[in-house]
Amino acid sequence: MARNVCIITEFRNGEFRRVTNEVASEGRRIADSLGTGLVAIALGHGVSGKAVDLGRFGVDKVYVADDPALEYYLAETSVPIIAEMVSGIDPAAVLLPASVDGRDLGARLGARIHVTLLQDVIEVVVGDDHTIKAKWPLFAGKCFAWCEWAEGVPPLLSIRPNVMQCNIVDENRKAEIEPITVPIPVPRTKIVKYDLDTSGKVELSEAEIIVSGGRGMKEASNYGILEDLAGLLGAAVGASRAAVDSGWRPHSDQVGQTGKVVNPNLYIAVGISGAIQHLAGMGYSKYIVAINKDADAPIFTKADYGIVEDLFSFIPALTEEVRKLKEC
Amino acid sequence: MNIVVIIKQTPDTETVIKVAPNNKQIETSGIKWIINPYDEFAIEGALRLKQKLGGNVTVISYGAQRVVDALRTALAMGCDDAVLIDDAEMKNADFMRVTRALAAAAREKNPDIILIGSRTVDYDQGQRGAILAEQLDWPHLALAVSMECDGTNVVIERPVEGGKVTLEAPLPALVTFGGSHAIWNPRYASLPGIMKAKKKPLVIKKLTDLGLDPADFTPDKARIRITSMELPPQRKAGKIIDGGLDAHGKARELVKLLREEARVI
Repeated sequence: MARNVCIITEFRNGEFRRVTNEVASEGRRIADSLGTGLVAIALGHGVSGKAVDLGRFGVDKVYVADDPALEYYLAETSVPIIAEMVSGIDPAAVLLPASVDGRDLGARLGARIHVTLLQDVIEVVVGDDHTIKAKWPLFAGKCFAWCEWAEGVPPLLSIRPNVMQCNIVDENRKAEIEPITVPIPVPRTKIVKYDLDTSGKVELSEAEIIVSGGRGMKEASNYGILEDLAGLLGAAVGASRAAVDSGWRPHSDQVGQTGKVVNPNLYIAVGISGAIQHLAGMGYSKYIVAINKDADAPIFTKADYGIVEDLFSFIPALTEEVRKLKEC
Repeated sequence: MNIVVIIKQTPDTETVIKVAPNNKQIETSGIKWIINPYDEFAIEGALRLKQKLGGNVTVISYGAQRVVDALRTALAMGCDDAVLIDDAEMKNADFMRVTRALAAAAREKNPDIILIGSRTVDYDQGQRGAILAEQLDWPHLALAVSMECDGTNVVIERPVEGGKVTLEAPLPALVTFGGSHAIWNPRYASLPGIMKAKKKPLVIKKLTDLGLDPADFTPDKARIRITSMELPPQRKAGKIIDGGLDAHGKARELVKLLREEARVI
């Protein structure tokens, strides 16, 4: 039997995060190309009851460690367990989410098992000879590179959220469960506080729609009109570096080469001129709308739909139109 | 307190990236080089730590002679001494081996804390901190947007999707810096700083000086390699919605297009 493909899940607040389903779906696709099975390693608190559901996305078997000590990710607890499991599974490839925690986990896991991780993968190709190649964006997306691993080295890759399709194989399919018996190490690092934003705000890096405001917003309080629009669209609110440097928005909202690289279905750039480092961060969006009163703003060269208009008159009009649409 | 900062020299974020004729690297001619912005935040963090607790800040980097400029800038900002790992074989090394060399250079300074940017704005891999911490068997506090250290423990805040975590680890520990210019506000090199930097120690080391075998760093030892590079497909400029409409008319037209043509709302 060919070696299985292995995924590492991300479980938080009693649920697998959506990116886990994306990683599972991509893992299934790779496993099918290799003619092999798909297994998962799932760590978390309360994860054992949910793990069977990964079967829906094509996972055959889940190795589960369910313990209160695993409620929140810490490299020093998770990595040794996962490293030991991966070594035992001896997989053909390992996939995990390129989330905040996944990026850290993947890099430390790679160092521990002497496999080089490729971070932030957006495309995977399996050749006829079963070699795996993966593509990732460099310079925040100004350039792409394809990588391959040396012979005998199993590819380890973190998958960028919001890029791979979630694909339900069978709604009723259940994965087999096997408990992990590796002891949980005692970490030196401790979690002092874990503040979760319960406002229901949509996370930028995983949002399907982003409404982003730049220098043209003029001041912090003006973001209210973007929040109204975003609320109706179920969108996240982003910002350009100029807006963050001006103190109008928190850094966690910054899109660009020194902020977040995003790839939503729809990116609405409001009062953003389109500096190259911003374009790098959002150029991978499926559709881009630009609203700027300067018809020569570089953002219009990237936009699918451009509107040359004062944002303070246009955005309320757009919000009204979206509201009408949602009401009917 | 022995503080080590690790930096990389990267192309300026305003750089237009072109792929070199061999299709495996970027065109580097004419590029303006800067200290990787996230590493600059780490330098700022190190200098604030020294101001508070005293000690010595060593800045370590690797690469060609041009990297000396980045190290001199770090010294001018206030770091005390610098180490450049300049070995031809480093050029071909993958992330894992680059960090091995960096870990070896850091160890020589017997550090209490190592600070480094969470990612570099060139290859965007965000792996150096985690790999270094694993190689050193140290705690790693990743993606710090704040840092407090009393000489015994270090506490950071780290954003995660939909929240923020506060973490604490005993020294020695490694901290990677996230955040932004607005958060860290890294200082500029002052004119006296620039003058002083010229006299501060800057040591150049080869892999053998660090007790490493250059044979382990040759291209055939790479566990991962770039097979090709490409530029993203050019987005073509789309349509400007005008038609002599007023703001309301344009809004109506946009919603219609997003609904019926793009099908994204």
